[in-house]
Amino acid sequence: MLNSNCIALIPLLPIISFLIIGLAGRRYFPKFSGILGTLSLLTAFILSAIVAFQYFFEVGKVDGVYQKIVAMKYVWLHLLPNVSIDMGILLDPISVMMIVIVTFISLMVHIYSIGYMHGEPRYATYYAFLSLFTFSMLGLVLSTNIFQIYIFWELVGVSSFLLIGFYYEKPSAVAASKKAFIVTRFADLGFLIGILVLSYYSETLDFQTLIARLTTEGPYLSSIAGASFIGASALTWGLVLVFAGGAGKSAMFPFHIWLPDAMEGPTPVSALIHAATMVVAGVYLVARLFPIFSHSCPQALDVVAYIGIFSSLLAAVIACTQTDIKRVLAYSTMSQIGFMMFALGVSGYGGEEGLGFMASMFHLFTHSIFKALLFLGAGAVIHYVHSNEMKDMGGLRKLMPITHITFLLACLAIAGIPPFAGFFSKEEILLACWNSNKIIFGAAVLTAGLTAFYMFRLYFSIFWSKEFKSHNNNHDDGHHGEAPATMLLPLIILAGLSVVAGFVPFSQLVTSDGAGFATEFHIGFALGPILIAVSAIILAWFMYSKESLVPQKVADSLKGFYTAAYRKFYFDEIYLFVTKKIVFNLIGRPAAWVDKNIFDGFMNLLASVTVALSEAIKSFQSGKTQEYAIYFFAGTLGFVLLFIYLWT
Amino acid sequence: MTNLTILIIVPLLTAIAVLFCRSSAQVKWTSFIGSIIQLGLASSLMYAYISERAMGNTAQMLFQQRYSWYSALNIEYYIGVDGISIAMIMLTAFVVSAGILISWSIQTQVKEFFFLLLLLSVGAYGFFISLDLFTMFFFLEVAVIPKYLLIGIWGSGKKEYSAMKLALMLMGGSVFVLIGLLATYFSTDLGNGIHTWDLMKISQIHIPLQTQLFIFPFLFVGFGVFTALFPFHTWVPDGHSSAPTAASMFLAGISMKLGGYGALRVAMYLMPEAAEQYSWIIVLLATIAIIYGSFATLMQKDLKYMNAYSSVSHCGFILLGIGMLTKTAIVGAVMQMVSHGVMTALFFGAIGMIYERTHTRQISELGGLLKTLPFIGTVYVITGLCSLGLPGLSGFVAEMTVFVGSWQRPDAFHRIATILAAASIVVTAVYILRAAGKSVMGPIVNEHFLHLKDASWNEKVASVLLIAAILAIGIAPFWLYNLIAPDAQIIMENIARAGLGR
Repeated sequence: MLNSNCIALIPLLPIISFLIIGLAGRRYFPKFSGILGTLSLLTAFILSAIVAFQYFFEVGKVDGVYQKIVAMKYVWLHLLPNVSIDMGILLDPISVMMIVIVTFISLMVHIYSIGYMHGEPRYATYYAFLSLFTFSMLGLVLSTNIFQIYIFWELVGVSSFLLIGFYYEKPSAVAASKKAFIVTRFADLGFLIGILVLSYYSETLDFQTLIARLTTEGPYLSSIAGASFIGASALTWGLVLVFAGGAGKSAMFPFHIWLPDAMEGPTPVSALIHAATMVVAGVYLVARLFPIFSHSCPQALDVVAYIGIFSSLLAAVIACTQTDIKRVLAYSTMSQIGFMMFALGVSGYGGEEGLGFMASMFHLFTHSIFKALLFLGAGAVIHYVHSNEMKDMGGLRKLMPITHITFLLACLAIAGIPPFAGFFSKEEILLACWNSNKIIFGAAVLTAGLTAFYMFRLYFSIFWSKEFKSHNNNHDDGHHGEAPATMLLPLIILAGLSVVAGFVPFSQLVTSDGAGFATEFHIGFALGPILIAVSAIILAWFMYSKESLVPQKVADSLKGFYTAAYRKFYFDEIYLFVTKKIVFNLIGRPAAWVDKNIFDGFMNLLASVTVALSEAIKSFQSGKTQEYAIYFFAGTLGFVLLFIYLWT
Repeated sequence: MTNLTILIIVPLLTAIAVLFCRSSAQVKWTSFIGSIIQLGLASSLMYAYISERAMGNTAQMLFQQRYSWYSALNIEYYIGVDGISIAMIMLTAFVVSAGILISWSIQTQVKEFFFLLLLLSVGAYGFFISLDLFTMFFFLEVAVIPKYLLIGIWGSGKKEYSAMKLALMLMGGSVFVLIGLLATYFSTDLGNGIHTWDLMKISQIHIPLQTQLFIFPFLFVGFGVFTALFPFHTWVPDGHSSAPTAASMFLAGISMKLGGYGALRVAMYLMPEAAEQYSWIIVLLATIAIIYGSFATLMQKDLKYMNAYSSVSHCGFILLGIGMLTKTAIVGAVMQMVSHGVMTALFFGAIGMIYERTHTRQISELGGLLKTLPFIGTVYVITGLCSLGLPGLSGFVAEMTVFVGSWQRPDAFHRIATILAAASIVVTAVYILRAAGKSVMGPIVNEHFLHLKDASWNEKVASVLLIAAILAIGIAPFWLYNLIAPDAQIIMENIARAGLGR
């Protein structure tokens, strides 16, 4: 039986290690902090694995349907007579899957960082922040309450801010962390208002009650669907606004601009937060509310689908032109999350109708493994080369054989080559699109092809191409390129999983309604995308496996479009223009000016008028008897004349 | 601890004892011990209050005392507390203790400085426990006048101008309050031409609507000046910026809350019908203050000006919550008073610590302080995160309670006001991160910063005290909510009853 104390330990262990390392570890045992954090995460991972095993195979299933189990729930703030914010733990297939993913990837990153961050002066602080992030993320996925998820959502945001800005002495890192926080904050405003809208009509914040009330016909559903605002119902507004929050965290268009810059953080952080876990929070949020989207508001689901596919394609195009390897990976992350989003967007609810939902969760699962691997591999490369730029790399396959093999496996997985993990999940997504929306299907196949191309462009540029020439004399012997064991171990584990993760029977475990269904493998359908991926890889081999002028020629022939894609379609510039020019100059500056000159000016005017007035009349009180005498006689005379005038 | 008068006696005796001290060390230790005793008393008062309530005492005001003070005018020394006052008393105790610790390095006229600071706290405590309108006004004035001296003597920058501006504007507010109180007094006829200042009695009397409509603006605007009601907020930036650190902490942490408390307890509670009629103006002004204050903050170049303007924006939430006239929003307003009080005191404390070491508050001249002043830098970041509403810290809880409460008003006007107010949290994030990113993060811009010394013990204790309060509210908000909610309910019932009576 599930032990709720055991489950509560999963998020509590990281926060305890955060407190210990943060308060004592930094001063008294900095070197040991990494081990401490890793051990606590290892325990959390083992507990998650046990919980997952028990949930999926022992207690979770009742009559063939996985149940939602509230393991614990406490009232945190009782805001209205029938609305309260609770803190609790909700177990269902997606949350159980997520705790396993989060603790596992986090554990890998913890182990990897022991080697990667070795010698960093703020080593203990780094582990404290990692623990804080893991706690927040676990709290997020286990939430029973939409406000609880918002609370942890913000905490995840701040942990991400702290980790992106970890090298706070670098202005670029500070700028990136600010950008990430502010952009996601803006999106979270939508989330908050969405919560207010949904909770106002449904009179609850609790997920299960909320879903029950908004999916069954009744007073709640009719009131929220009946209330309309600018042409859409309150339900549509609420869901779209909540999705806006999700789009912010998951770097969907138009909130995607923070993700590439977020790569300023240490590379293991990029692997954990900005590739495998935090950025899928938006997908998780939509999945959590999926019954409402699917059952009551297909329009909102369409928004999810089209934003997803657009972001996915946009990111894939940009990824083909970037030269910083972490940025290529960042755009590829955005593109893959787009896959998860539109898979949800085209999905129906229940049984095989819910293929898209299952595929989305499946892709989330496999993606987190191979994308973490790609980032950690990239980290090993950067660790060795001391540069993020492709032009400084090349020919590394001989120097870093293990990294090379693991990276290749990850590339094959993300490109969708069978039998690697990404193939299966992507195949299911494409099938779900084919069944419901042919336009999205076409764009998705194109994006999948681009994915294979830019990933192998990356792979060939790093490991093949020209011979590696080190700028650093320490590497001159040329045979000590491989990273330390603590870094290689996670790479090897993740590579192994990238090969086999596709065989997990997801359609039996994680589905939209909890009931399993059988998936069929259509070889004819799978063949097309495989051929496209293979030809894209061959194209990449042709262009990038040796140093040649071909890429430059291609870029020149596509001049305008290439430059636009290289400059990320000018989104940064547009946003900068809006904030700097419009918000600062047209709102901020006038507000400050008005305050200083109008309101304060009025007060000062009041003061100076008073002063002037008293200046004017103070001469009446001069203390000179002669003057008083004059005033006296003049006054008397005046009165006398006045009386005479009045009398006559 | 159930004798409320002790709350006034202890700081008063401490202030007098300070006058007899021989050395500045004695002065500091006497003040410190006095403030710690007061903190203990306030805590035990809260404990006594909660246990009384738990035992089922349903009286509106507990621990009442009543003595005739000036019988010719029916003025009484009449005191008592409910949950809202308890929350404010705790706030005062925390901020005053921290303020005294932060002022450890005051060099000039030490005795006078601590005397005036303690006198201010007497005014604040007295104000929060008074149930007699005249006594309340008396303590309000006690809490105003010493500020003039504190800023004028120990201040920085254009201190004479700021001190005068602050004193005059607050006195102007007090005049409005006084007119309102006098009018209230004369509109309470208990028969035989006898009038009363008794707050509890007046709340039972039905004052005619026309009279209420006349009195309410005086009371609300008068108290509003204290809590930076737009457009009477202009004393805030100059006053806070010129004041010495402890005075800024007191000013923003407690003094601005006197206004919010008065507006709620006197204006709203005694004039419920007028409150309902005028509430849309309050909401309008509060929303303007929130948005306008946050954009004005965006353009500030001085850390203290920045925090002062952000106080205008944050205090807007207090008035917004009050003006929304729902129970949850009013609870949120009181929580925001407490939360903003602690948070902004810590903010000014941190800025003071930075200024004392770097001798500049210009954001452009600061940079990389986290490297050389890790403790102070961390405190600055934590308080910044609280200001921008990070969950787990107090600001988030208060703001969210206001938002949820405000959202219960379903008409378009209140919805738009709520959305605009909520939008300010994005602007807040921008200015907080801009300041933190430049001044405590980033590269070190000045060689001289490399040799700075991090916080001393007293500064550490002060910061930890306030951070503990922020965390206590942020992580476990239910105790504060439960403390305030019943009394907010009573205020709402009064308004609802007035609505029915019409």
